[in-house]
Amino acid sequence: MGYVLNRLIQGLTVIAAMAGLVFVGVYAIGNPVDMLISPEADQAEIDATIARLGLDKPLLEQFLNFVSGVLHGDFGTSFIYNEPAVRLILDRFPATLELAVSAVLIAILVGIPLGVIAGLIPDKPAGRSIMAVSILGFSLPTFWVGMMLIMIFSVWLGWLPSTGRGETVELFGIPVSFLTASGLKHLLLPAINLALFKTSLVIRLARAGTREVVGQDYIKFARAKGLPESRVILVHLLKNMMIPVVTVLGLEFGSVVAFAVVTETVFAWPGMGRLLISSIVQLDRPVIVAYLMLTVLLFVIVNFVVDLLYALLDPRVRRKGA
Amino acid sequence: MSATASPSPVAVETPLHRLARKFAANRVALGGLIVFAAIALVAIAAPLAAPQNPYDLASLDIMDGSLEPGTPNADGRPYLLGTDEQGRDMLSAILYGLRISIGVGVGSTVLALSIGLAMGLFAAYSGGWRDTLVMRLVDLQLGFPPILIALILLAILGRGVDKVIIALVAVQWAYYARTVRGSALVERRKEYIEAARCLALPYTRIVFGHLMPNCLPPLIVVATMQVAHAIALEATLSFLGVGVPVTEPSLGMLIANGFDFMMSGKYWVSFFPGITLLVTVVSINLVGDHLRDILNPRLQK
Repeated sequence: MGYVLNRLIQGLTVIAAMAGLVFVGVYAIGNPVDMLISPEADQAEIDATIARLGLDKPLLEQFLNFVSGVLHGDFGTSFIYNEPAVRLILDRFPATLELAVSAVLIAILVGIPLGVIAGLIPDKPAGRSIMAVSILGFSLPTFWVGMMLIMIFSVWLGWLPSTGRGETVELFGIPVSFLTASGLKHLLLPAINLALFKTSLVIRLARAGTREVVGQDYIKFARAKGLPESRVILVHLLKNMMIPVVTVLGLEFGSVVAFAVVTETVFAWPGMGRLLISSIVQLDRPVIVAYLMLTVLLFVIVNFVVDLLYALLDPRVRRKGA
Repeated sequence: MSATASPSPVAVETPLHRLARKFAANRVALGGLIVFAAIALVAIAAPLAAPQNPYDLASLDIMDGSLEPGTPNADGRPYLLGTDEQGRDMLSAILYGLRISIGVGVGSTVLALSIGLAMGLFAAYSGGWRDTLVMRLVDLQLGFPPILIALILLAILGRGVDKVIIALVAVQWAYYARTVRGSALVERRKEYIEAARCLALPYTRIVFGHLMPNCLPPLIVVATMQVAHAIALEATLSFLGVGVPVTEPSLGMLIANGFDFMMSGKYWVSFFPGITLLVTVVSINLVGDHLRDILNPRLQK
């Protein structure tokens, strides 16, 4: 219980620290007035806009407004869309989530078998090639791979569409792409693109885990007992090497969401990452702030859950943390 | 050759020689080093090596816009990698872009390394609440993906080569600080530090003269890998339009510029900068990967 409380306080501290930093960064530095008001506007129009956005108030008052807004889940209204910033982001959140979940699934389904093979035969050509592919996967810049995928599969072959989400259907009131044929076609390239980096990571983790587990006595014993190799690998080996893979993937989920910024920009995927980039370019501060705070919240929640699961699985962590 | 030269050839091998020999034993890693050295060389020599100055608008001929690779120009010399829509020779643009990409990558790594080294040594050697404070900061930062932190900073600071470097330094320093602190904690318990303390040497001399050199090997590995990361991250940020300004196009910006043309089948405007970026990053990663293997005592059998 002390451990849980400790983690909870840490999480809240991180949120508070980020809120402070974000405010200082976004509100104290940079001036959106020049960006938002057309050069032809007269002084009265400029003053009206400043007053409407509350930019003329003292910094302290802006900060208090900001804090009370954060506590109410209100980050202000977008300068560009004239809609609450939080709603803009939450509208686009399902698209990003769908993309991120698909990417993680691909990383698991492709990465784990390849990693296990590479771990079982590390010195054979197949094992070496898998590792070479994984180094390539780490080195290839995501945005460039995305462009090459578009060039090959959309421009040259014309098999798959390159932009947008395609047809969506409502699932529990949330629009999703993966249930329609058109949506699935649209989802495929961006999901592969986003999965690339994490697949390389999973291959490495699975390979390292496999090499470690293969030398253990219980694997030798299972083999000596005469169990079929498929059972040794699928049950005894897989179960034990999955622990670090699952932990790291859990912690990395937030980074997949963050990296979706790049994939969404390349494939014009209507998610919240693309919204962030256009907001940065247009200096739409409320949206930037809302995106950052929601992402920080997501991170803290994910890390908290992973920590709890970890403590649940491993009593040593519980004692150390308390 | 003869026994008189040296009684035992192993004894005269310095650690640096041993490192070089072990490194050269792996042909892939050696190849990576040679390729990177060649790339760095042409990048430095870009003004001499490039057929055209891509920033000099007077030397551009708009009539030569969007030419395919190999098309000859007015003088009969071919544009080896084609031209962009303004008639800029892509080969020249890539060579100049490499300078910016590598400059930003190496520059930010050196800066981040210095800051991380100082912070890590300070944390490990002081201990106590100072240590806790620095490491909490490191934990906080490493809890978020680099791209997110860089995006936040650039959203605040705006575009510019110097701002990209600031963002990359802010992203990277924590890795070094953590690595240095780890090895410094081990090193400071060793006898030579104790001896230096007994001699009442000044604090700075113990930390920088004795502790620091012994913490460097693991740092070299991290730094090599981080140069590749920094180059790739800079390219990504510039691609997203928040990195370097239009007047100083790095590889990432060249790739972004070619994005629209790719849709109409003009692949070369972004394909070749991408290949250059890829080869650069892969060659650095190959070197770093192998360095990690030979510098890691656990893997030495």
